[in-house]
Parts: sequence; structure tokens; C-alpha cells
Amino acid sequence: MNKIVEKEHFSEKIVKIVVEAPLIAKSRKPGNFVILRVGEKGERIPLTIAGANVERGTIDLVVQKMGVSSTKLCDLEVGEYITDLVGPLGKPTEIHNLGTILCCGGGVGNAPLLPIVEAYKKAGNKVITILAARNKNLIILEDEMRKHSDELIVMTDDGSYGKKGLITEGMEEVIKREKIDECVTIGPAIMMKFCSLLTKKYEIPTVASLNSIMVDGTGMCGACRVTVGGKTKFTCVDGPEFDAHQIDFDEMMSRLGGYKQEEVDKFDQFQK
Amino acid sequence: MERSEEYIKNERKQDWRVALQKKIKAKDRMSIERALMAETAPEVRIKSQRIEVNTGLTKEQALTEASRCMDCVNPTCMEGCPVSINIPKFIKYIESDDILKAASVLKETSALPAVCGRVCPQELQCEQKCFYVTKLNQPAVAIGFLERFAADFERESGHVSTPEMATENGIKVAVIGSGPSGLSFAGDMAKLGYDVTVFEALHEIGGVLKYGIPEFRLPNAVVDVEIESLRRMGVKFITNYIVGQTASIDDLKADGYKAFYVGSGAGLPRFMNIPGENVNGILSSNEYLTRVNLMGADSEESDTPVLRGKNVVVVGGGNTAMDSVRTAKRLGADRAMIVYRRSEAEMPARAEEVHHAKQEGIEFLTLTNPIEYIADEKGRVCQMKVQKMELGEPDASGRRRPVPVEGSEYILDCEVVVVAVGVSPNPLIPNSVEGLDVSKWGTIEVVKDKMQSSIPEMFAGGDIVRGGATVILAMGDGRKAAKNMDIYLTEKYLSN
Ligand SMILES: Cc1cc2nc3c(=O)[nH]c(=O)nc-3n(C[C@H](O)[C@H](O)[C@H](O)COP(=O)(O)OP(=O)(O)OC[C@H]3O[C@@H](n4cnc5c(N)ncnc54)[C@H](O)[C@@H]3O)c2cc1C
Ligand SMILES: Cc1cc2nc3c(=O)[nH]c(=O)nc-3n(C[C@H](O)[C@H](O)[C@H](O)COP(=O)(O)OP(=O)(O)OC[C@H]3O[C@@H](n4cnc5c(N)ncnc54)[C@H](O)[C@@H]3O)c2cc1C
Ligand code: SF4
Ligand code: FES
Repeated sequence: MNKIVEKEHFSEKIVKIVVEAPLIAKSRKPGNFVILRVGEKGERIPLTIAGANVERGTIDLVVQKMGVSSTKLCDLEVGEYITDLVGPLGKPTEIHNLGTILCCGGGVGNAPLLPIVEAYKKAGNKVITILAARNKNLIILEDEMRKHSDELIVMTDDGSYGKKGLITEGMEEVIKREKIDECVTIGPAIMMKFCSLLTKKYEIPTVASLNSIMVDGTGMCGACRVTVGGKTKFTCVDGPEFDAHQIDFDEMMSRLGGYKQEEVDKFDQFQK
Repeated sequence: MERSEEYIKNERKQDWRVALQKKIKAKDRMSIERALMAETAPEVRIKSQRIEVNTGLTKEQALTEASRCMDCVNPTCMEGCPVSINIPKFIKYIESDDILKAASVLKETSALPAVCGRVCPQELQCEQKCFYVTKLNQPAVAIGFLERFAADFERESGHVSTPEMATENGIKVAVIGSGPSGLSFAGDMAKLGYDVTVFEALHEIGGVLKYGIPEFRLPNAVVDVEIESLRRMGVKFITNYIVGQTASIDDLKADGYKAFYVGSGAGLPRFMNIPGENVNGILSSNEYLTRVNLMGADSEESDTPVLRGKNVVVVGGGNTAMDSVRTAKRLGADRAMIVYRRSEAEMPARAEEVHHAKQEGIEFLTLTNPIEYIADEKGRVCQMKVQKMELGEPDASGRRRPVPVEGSEYILDCEVVVVAVGVSPNPLIPNSVEGLDVSKWGTIEVVKDKMQSSIPEMFAGGDIVRGGATVILAMGDGRKAAKNMDIYLTEKYLSN
């Protein structure tokens, strides 16, 4: 049982919660995630650790309402408890001083991106961050990102904030302007796919963080399998970050829909 | 418990045993027919994942069955038992209607008799070595049924014997993993006076007993009673804690833990690496069974979904495959099928499970191997291409190797495929502990019979040492490790 000590609404559908988890706060590294479960009938869902406070013994989670489980979590109030929470899971991001890093976040992907941006900056890199979303309301964590980035570019599909256009347009501008040593992309699978295609063209090493469907998060079930470089990998233990140019994104996107009908049915039932 | 052959022989000469031996003539004992286990009717039980198939012997049946046992001078059945349960002694206590004593004999050696009575492959162990089989060519004494009967009787009587506990010695030991191996180790160490904490990665205690083996074979309540009794003995359980991730072994040492028992199991599912295996609708037996058994996806109320289909194919021939295919039937499949590359004789599953599966209408496509999966336009599996096999020369496992029959490929319709072709050791601990010797298969290397690893304060057993094995072997390892860790810790901390 882990207590929720703070809650903040970033947008109608995106909530930040701060949760007591002292051991995880201490052992987590950028790129790690947790698996949690709300209620005795709850589903186990993965969420990235967006930040941690070792003294307070808390971790930050940023959650987007998608279906039943994320909605149940977002509906919890300060003082209430998460039934089960385990972590930190996954391999941490490999952070080195490489030169200039281009960090690209889409939608709720900004949450997992934040600790990575922070770590790259701390390691002495020049960090250029691009945040993208459909519209202004969906841009999250802008101030925090700005604090740890040398340059921050905001893009919206509809032009309601920052520059108008897709994230790849912003990326290409930067890539044409200066030498990028590595790119990190976290967001919807389709966005990561196009980011990856772009950086492949420019031969920039790129890392993507995958949000596969998971059950245990410890390598026990294989629900999270993806094809990377022609080989089957388990996102939870071999990832969640992989060389983006090697990922079979089409398969990955198809697998994200593997339980779509079942999830939709559960959601209809939940709303009743 | 040290029990030499001498000791066993002398026990047999005790008055009460001699009196029983004389009570019924050998010929009369041999003319009794083996007890039939009562079962829930197939058409009833396939409606629910949670209805137990075997309903247990009645007391009358158990007493009669116990009187079949000849109380042999040389009880060969004990040689067949991996942990050498004192089989004639417990059976003779049943015959003399002292069931609680029978249960306590079982507990001298087996930490979880109610579990083993249900899941051990008795036909390959004790029962295979029974005098009735080896010498009379008759059905063995139903040792498994009797074991289950005694353990269930004790549990239901409310007179569960509490073991004698040594005085607390204040030494902290950590157990990694709460499967049968970790549980049996924890029980023995608590009895010896140690301060035992079990760490479990999942949100439930029990390992495969909870997430793998379905309730129609092993009700959770049976496992929970055992866990409760460990709690009463002072064993602490911490769930949602992955040793090596949540905190390291060094962190635990800093916290005062003096020794470790790794019972982390062989949880990693294998796949076959054939074309199309990653399309939707194809999943490991671990995923399938975890969704249903651990997450309760068979119920409407659970938030966890599970895939259902009219045609469900399960690939494999072990217990995991049987559990998966029977689960599929209970989730409403019209055709629930086993596809297995060898013949039925080579199936590693318990004979009883195969028998029950057939009663439930499971189809067996043996000597058949999948070679490719075909998806529909939405990316969901709709068919599989299979190939017929024939048996060739024996392979390393001693079983005849299956070889493909040229030109025998055909297509099978399927909307869900469960791959149950084996598991590999869980790499979390091997990867996170420096200096730990690990075999090329990823199992932890230990000194045989001591269960001590290359790190003196770390012992290991169960599937993480053996690869996929059995509940009883996992438990036996836990007990051996406890005995030897006690010697190690006594020498190091208590001998002055
Ligand atoms: C390593 C990792 C880190 C993650 N970090 C975060 C995070 O920090 N914040 C966050 O909000 N989410 C994160 N996710 C995604 C999150 O786990 C899912 O959104 C969540 O499980 C959805 O559960 P649900 O029951 O609410 O929705 P569901 O009912 O499961 O799904 C609703 C709809 O979303 C689709 N869907 C399901 N899973 C995903 C997915 N993983 N990605 C996209 N669509 C999906 C389904 O097909 C369905 O149509 C992460 C996932 C992984 C694997
Ligand atoms: C579906 C199925 C059916 C089976 N049927 C039978 C049968 O009928 N008869 C039989 O004898 N055997 C059967 N087996 C095999 C038997 O269940 C196993 O051999 C036995 O459970 C092994 O026990 P264990 O204690 O070594 O490991 P497990 O039962 O696998 O338990 C290991 C536990 O350790 C936890 N863990 C792993 N790493 C960590 C970590 N780093 N920190 C904390 N916790 C960790 C895991 O989450 C797990 O709960 C079956 C197996 C399966 C999967
Ligand atoms: S071998 Fe069979 S008959 Fe003999 S003691 Fe064992 S169970 Fe009884
Ligand atoms: S989530 Fe089960 S193996 Fe990755």
C-alpha cells in the first residue's frame, strides 16, 4: 500500500501524483518504471518514474487517462492508497557525455523524458528539448523541461501554442542547424516511428522508450515482446529503451492494440 | 530428520505396526481394489476455473485404501519419493484411524503435503516404485490420494499441529521468492529460531502455486492456509519487492541480513522463434495463466482482460500446456487443442491431467508441430501452419526424437495460441549479484546436497537451480538448504 501525498492536474486527462515509495525513490534511475495496481480487482499497469525525492521518500508519476486502470488511478485523491506498487523496473537510460542531445517528447511522453533530460544535462551535455502535442492544453512539464534544457522548443499540431507543426519538422530544423550526437524520443508509437525514420536519414543514433503492454514487468510473461534488430526482446527487462532504428514499430503498434476490444468492453462496463 | 534404513526397519517392528500387520491377511489386502477418486463431472467443472476436479477420498475410502498397503519390509515406495517421506508410517496411521498423526508424519518431511498430494507426479515417483506395481503388476497404493486426504483432514479439523519452535536467535535471513522452495525453506528456518523474511516480486505469495497452477487443480485456499501457518511461526512476508531492483543484496546486508536463500524460480517463458509468433493472439502460457489465475481475468469483475476464442491451440505437452488448454475450455473455447510434437507417451504432463483433459473434451494433436502463424488483416492470428512428425532415434533426454514428415503441412484455424514450450531461469538474481557462479543455462550453481552457492552466505534451490522441475523437488531443496545454512550460521555466529 502506497499513499498518495500530492496530486496536480496538468490537464483534464493528465494528472501528476506524488506517491510514498521510499525504497524506490532511493534506487530508481532515469528510464526506470514501476508497475502498480489499484484495487483488489485491479490490473497491473506500467508507469514511468518521472521524478523522485529521496528525503521525502516519494516518487512522481504522470498519468494519462486511457482506459479503466489509468482512470481509477487518476480518481484517487491525496491520502488514499495505491494497492500495490513495485519497482524500479527496466534498464536505466545509459547516460554519457556525448555532446549535443536532442530530446523529443510527445504528449504524456514528456513525463518519462524529464528525468532523462535532467540526467543528460547533469552529465555535461548540451540538451535541446522539443515538446509536442496536439494543442496547448496537452503540453505538460514545460517549466521543468526548460530548467534542465539549453534550448526548449514547443510545437503544437494546431498552432495554439509555440510553433505550428509536427515534431519532426522542429527536429529537422535543429538537425540542419547543428550537429546532433544523439536523439531520444518518447511519445506515442507513431510519433517515435517518424522521429526514428528522420534521424535514420541523418544517421543520428536514436533511442526510443517503448510503452508496450505489460503484466508482471519482470520478464515472466512475454506480453511486452518487441522485435529489435530482427530478434524478439522483452520491453520490461531488455528495455524499455532500445535503438530506435532497429525497432519494428509497425509490429509494436499492432501489439499495442492486442487487447483493444477487451479493454474497450471493460471500459464500457466500468462507465456503467 | 535423519532416518537410516535401520531406523525405518525398527519403526516397522513397533507394537502398533505389528498389530496392524497381523490384523488383515496379505491376500485379503491384495484383493482390495484401488480407491477411485471422486471427481466433479466434466460438464459441470468446465464451466468454472475455480471448481476443483478431484474432490478427495471419503474417510471410509481412505481407511480401506490404507489397508491395501502391505507395510513392506523394504518400502521401495520411499525410494521413489524425492524427499523420502516415511510412506508406510503415514499410511499405517491412516489405517489405524489416527489421521492427525498421519498428517504429522507427512510434515516431518514435506512442508506442503496438501499441495504435493495434489500436484506430484506420483505415477513416476512413489507409486511407480510401490510393491503392487513392481511385483504384482497391479495398481499402486494410492499414495498421492492418501497424502492429500491426511493433509486436508488435518486442515479441516482445525487441529493443525504447530511445530516445535527453537528459541529465537535473532539472526536475520532473507528468502528471495515465495514459491514452494522459498516457503519450505522459510518454515524450517523459523522452526530453528531464525528471524525470516520472504521477499516476493509479485503482489501475491506462492509463486507458481498461485500464478501458474489453476484453482481447478490446486485451490488458493489450500496454499493460503500454509502461508498463514508460516506467519504464525513468525515468518514475515514482503510483497512487491524485487531483490536486486527495489534494493540490492548489499542493501539487505546493511539492514542486518546475514544469509540469503534464492528460490526465484524459472519464470522466463520460451518461444519457438517461428514466423509470425509475435502477432496478436499468440501468448506465452505464463501470460495466459497469470492473467487468469493471478489477475482473475476469468471474472467479469477483474480489470485485467484475457483473450478468448472459439479455437484455441496450446503448443506443448507438459503440465503447463495441460493447465492452459483446460483453462481455454473453461473460458469458453469450442475447440481447445493440444499441439505436441512427440506422441502421447512422451508427454511430460502428469498422467491424471491428461486423463482429465480428455474427459473435458480437449483434442490432442500429437506428432504435430507448428511452423508458421498466419494473421488476419487486423494483425490477429487466424491460422497456423503445422507439420506432421514421426519418432526417430532417441535423443539426449532418452525420448525418441521427433522428425518432420516431408510434405505433411496443413492449416489449422485458431484465434488464440498459447505457447507452452518451457521456461528458463529467472535472470534477475544471477544478473544482479557479483561473484555468483551461474551455469551456461542460467541456473545458479550450488554444491549438491548443501545448496550453497559460490557466495558462502547465499544458498539457492528449486527451479532457479534445476531449471523447470517439480514442486516436491523445489521443496526438498528448501529443506536441505535450511539444514545446511543452519550449520553455516551456527558455526559463524553462534558457536562461542
Ligand atoms: C514502460 C512504460 C512506461 C509507461 N509510462 C507511462 C507514463 O508515465 N504515463 C502514462 O500515462 N502512461 C504510461 N505508460 C502507458 C500506460 O501503462 C498505459 O496507458 C496504461 O496501461 C493504460 O491502461 P488503461 O487500463 O487505463 O487503458 P487500457 O484500457 O489498457 O487502454 C485504453 C486504450 O489505450 C490503448 N493502449 C493500451 N495500452 C497502451 C499503451 N501502453 N500505449 C498506448 N495505448 C495503449 C488500448 O489499446 C486501448 O484502446 C507506460 C507504459 C510502459 C510500458
Ligand atoms: C502452469 C504450471 C503447472 C505446473 N504443474 C506442476 C505439477 O502439477 N506438479 C509439479 O510438481 N510441478 C508443477 N509445475 C512446476 C512447479 O510449479 C515448479 O517446479 C515450482 O513451482 C518451482 O518452485 P520455486 O519455489 O523454485 O519457484 P516458483 O514457484 O517459480 O517461485 C519463484 C518466485 O520468486 C519470485 N521472484 C523471482 N525473482 C525474484 C526477486 N528478484 N525478488 C523477489 N521475488 C522474486 C517470483 O515472482 C516467484 O513468485 C508447474 C509449473 C507451472 C508453471
Ligand atoms: S511399496 Fe506400496 S505397499 Fe509397500 S509400503 Fe510402500 S505404499 Fe505400502
Ligand atoms: S511484462 Fe511480462 S515479460 Fe515483460
